[in-house]
Amino acid sequence: MKILGLKCKFLGVAAASLLALPAVAQNTVRIGGLATLDGPFVVLGQEAFRGMELAFEEANYTAGGKKLEWIKESSDGKPDVALAKARKLIGQDKVDILIGPMSGGEGLAIKEYAKSVPGKTFVNGFSAAQEATLVAPSPNFFRFSADGAQWQAGLGNYVYDTKGYRKVAVVSGDYSFGYTQVLGFMTEFCAKGGKVPEKIWVPNGTKDFSSAIARIPDKIDAVYVMLGGADAVNFLTQYDQSGSKAPLIAGSNLVDQTVLSSKGPFRNRLVGIPSAHMVADGIADPKYQAFIAKYKKRFPDGLTAPSAPFYAYYIATQAVIEALNKVNGDLSDDGAKFRAALAKVKLDTAAGTVSLDENRQAVANIYVTEVAQRADGALYNKVVKVVPAVNQTLGQPRDAFVARGVPSRDNPSCP
Amino acid sequence: MKLLLLATLNGVTLAALYFIVASGFTIIFGMMRVVNMAHGSLYLLGAYLGYDVASLSGNWFLALLGGAAGAAVTGGLMHRLFLDRYQGQDLRQALVTIGLSIIGADLLLARYGGLSYQFEVPPFLYGSIPLPIVGGYPSFRLALICFAVVVYVMLWLLVQRTRFGIMIRAGVDDRIMLGALGVNVPLVSTLVFALGSCLVGLAGVIGASALSIAPGEDARYLLSSLVVVIVGGMGSLPGAVIGALLIGLAEQIGLAYFPTYSIMVSFMIMVIVLAVRPYGLLGRPA
Amino acid sequence: MLLAIAAYPHLVPEFWVVSIAAYAFVLGIIALSMTFLAAYGGMISLAQMAIAGVAGYTLAIFSTHASNVGSATPAWPVAVLLALAAGTAAGLLVGAIAVRSRGIYMLMSTLAISMILFYFAQQNTDLLHGFDGFRGIVVPEGAGHSLREPLIFYYLCAAAALLLYALVLFLANTPFGLAMQGARDDPQRMASLGYRVGLHQVAAFGVAGAIAAVGGVLSLWYHGGISPGSIGMSSTVNILIVAVIGGLAHPRGAFIGAIAFVLIQNFAVDLVGSDRFNTLIGCFFLLIVMASPDGVTGLWRRLRQGGTDTSAEGIVTQRH
Repeated sequence: MKILGLKCKFLGVAAASLLALPAVAQNTVRIGGLATLDGPFVVLGQEAFRGMELAFEEANYTAGGKKLEWIKESSDGKPDVALAKARKLIGQDKVDILIGPMSGGEGLAIKEYAKSVPGKTFVNGFSAAQEATLVAPSPNFFRFSADGAQWQAGLGNYVYDTKGYRKVAVVSGDYSFGYTQVLGFMTEFCAKGGKVPEKIWVPNGTKDFSSAIARIPDKIDAVYVMLGGADAVNFLTQYDQSGSKAPLIAGSNLVDQTVLSSKGPFRNRLVGIPSAHMVADGIADPKYQAFIAKYKKRFPDGLTAPSAPFYAYYIATQAVIEALNKVNGDLSDDGAKFRAALAKVKLDTAAGTVSLDENRQAVANIYVTEVAQRADGALYNKVVKVVPAVNQTLGQPRDAFVARGVPSRDNPSCP
Repeated sequence: MKLLLLATLNGVTLAALYFIVASGFTIIFGMMRVVNMAHGSLYLLGAYLGYDVASLSGNWFLALLGGAAGAAVTGGLMHRLFLDRYQGQDLRQALVTIGLSIIGADLLLARYGGLSYQFEVPPFLYGSIPLPIVGGYPSFRLALICFAVVVYVMLWLLVQRTRFGIMIRAGVDDRIMLGALGVNVPLVSTLVFALGSCLVGLAGVIGASALSIAPGEDARYLLSSLVVVIVGGMGSLPGAVIGALLIGLAEQIGLAYFPTYSIMVSFMIMVIVLAVRPYGLLGRPA
Repeated sequence: MLLAIAAYPHLVPEFWVVSIAAYAFVLGIIALSMTFLAAYGGMISLAQMAIAGVAGYTLAIFSTHASNVGSATPAWPVAVLLALAAGTAAGLLVGAIAVRSRGIYMLMSTLAISMILFYFAQQNTDLLHGFDGFRGIVVPEGAGHSLREPLIFYYLCAAAALLLYALVLFLANTPFGLAMQGARDDPQRMASLGYRVGLHQVAAFGVAGAIAAVGGVLSLWYHGGISPGSIGMSSTVNILIVAVIGGLAHPRGAFIGAIAFVLIQNFAVDLVGSDRFNTLIGCFFLLIVMASPDGVTGLWRRLRQGGTDTSAEGIVTQRH
């Protein structure tokens, strides 16, 4: 009977896992990978695992003289599920190091979980929630990618100085990543004297943005839009169809690889939109162009260029490999030596140098971009400015920055 | 003033889309008492199939046909293979369709990936039309109203003026009697299911042109259809129109004036309607 | 059975104690609240996960967590009682609204209520911390040991599950339970006998709310946090899957379904790879619904009886 057969199979696998003693050979290091393969983030999740795969392959699945074993798990963007998978990787699959997760809320949950498992090491994948390292950090949680606010460094200054915008309206998803990105943009823009007369927060789950667009005030220089994925495409289409003329400023997700690779008439609006992110396919540095070529060769059915999650997971894995090499793969002291080495890792990546601050948060280059079109019609992000070594407090004194509180609907504000 | 007018217009045009999506759902329920929770998956399927047809042929109208036909065939098969045998067991059928929707969503994800797709609409439908007070308004949204009217009229003609329609109406009232009169009820049921699926496939292509299509849209449109149909009354076409208008307007005016909690409003309307009129505004008990 | 439950944690690795068994108990308790209403009341409620969430959020607000370290919070027994009270109240409220509909309409009504609660949790940032929810919940300690320690937490969940299971079985044979079942089978006759059918049903929802509330409290401690995703559409459907797979006709189905679900969730990846996990779960669910309307327990029963018992249509049949 099919059902019984399936049930027997499960019980068999489960029993085998139960009885199998954790046979970690002395010369193997187990590394867990957690990304989101469920739900609407699936493309980003695939990119994340591609990044890990490339890094592992380049190191030949060895580091510090030991073999590397990679165990993958998928979450669906929900913190509860991410926690369950992390527990499985640590408790059942006996990984020593966990690389992930991908989304903001999951990152906060994993950070808290990390505090309860001090003997294991957690390296963030792509989660960009500020508080994961800024507030109550965990000594075994490392993040080699910039957070959501850092991603917008340079953009506020750029649109004020170079584009000459003085009054900008904000349309953003109504959740913490939106608040964080808007904070990153407004910190610089307001400091220069720019004004944000209206902030339009759109709840998650909205598909028809027309009335939000209708609320955009008439006399503004530009609209800053923080939406991603399918929402980005929906918004751009509806904005275009509404006949609105004001130019757009993009949050990091609005013009990322997935949107630029999607097909449809909304692409008309994209050219010229400024944005900022931790990587951009238009980085002129030959090292980065070689990186893009490497990606395209290895993953012919991937996107038109490596995306930010690919890069983040790639360098996270590279950092782990480098630290393992430094300590000769010795994790015998619950990984204490390994974590000390990991904190001091300085990565010389294709997109610049990445180092960690005292909260184990990445300090990295940020690229201010504008969308441009190539001869073959493909869209890419041309780099207009490089902001070197951006730290988590965006160059401001740490105490003052933290004192302003977590980003929210009303913080920051400069009407 | 401008905002209110825009929001109202947005609400009415969104209602047009909701009506087209929900019309199939309400017809299936009216005739067969099946709550088709795979409705959203059929919406996605219609949109994706339509997109394939559009890529191959370059013609948007062919895509409409392709999406509608593909969804109709799938829906008919679904009914024949999985649902017909449980006729009379409402809850079990609902659960079966839930299972099918989980599988369907995942298989569509495997086949089409996670990126968003959007249609190249014929140029005469794209762009904006200048209107008094509000200024430019998207032509496609106005076209949505036309589509909805066409769908309504054709359905009305089908149900009121054809033999098939007579069978549907009779089946709604007394299924057993219909069988006793010699009508091949299972066949008619499958055809009705296919018709409902055809409508939602059509809606998929239209919706994907107005907005976009991506994994996750199936759940959103399923919920919207549920709300519209329940508020209006299951099995009632005029009810679906009223439900769609209520919900569309509530959502858009809510988004314009009190966005933070606007997204709850359609569900609150549904709960209130069910509490006050348990069969919906224009619905009838079984 | 009791002996097996008591001995279990000493026989298996730690992961299996908490992440599989204890979690299965917690899920089972929430599913039990749904199965209770279905088996004895003939009512399917999709709001049970959200009601568990009401209790969870209430407890989170009154506990120490990542964002309020250092501020004073009520003593934990008080907080837990508040959470249980909130869950029961939510159950009664949901019941009062839902019992005005029948069958499939009640299903939709409870689904809508669940979505309202979900969106409220997602949008309200002042009290409920919006999209991110609560993290870093500090689980109470007693006598130097945290309740979240593996062995202690396991026995706590097991005890709660057993107690509630016994309670449900006991209730089924009280006048209240019998009246509920009468209302399930023939509401008109019950009304003509003088029973206030509606009131009984609302009370049943209250009981189910209390059960779900216990599940919500334990779930909060298990996850160390709560967020809107915990009560969203997919979490709600998961509880439905758990209850249906196990069988809606008898309370034990809730726990059987929970164990099956937890095992699948953890080990399906090893079988089919993380890519098509949802197809697997969907197929399994579909097969169960098609082959056996009251889930795995129904299958088992029919196998034991030789596979000829055709009257086992179970609770899933609706009368017209």
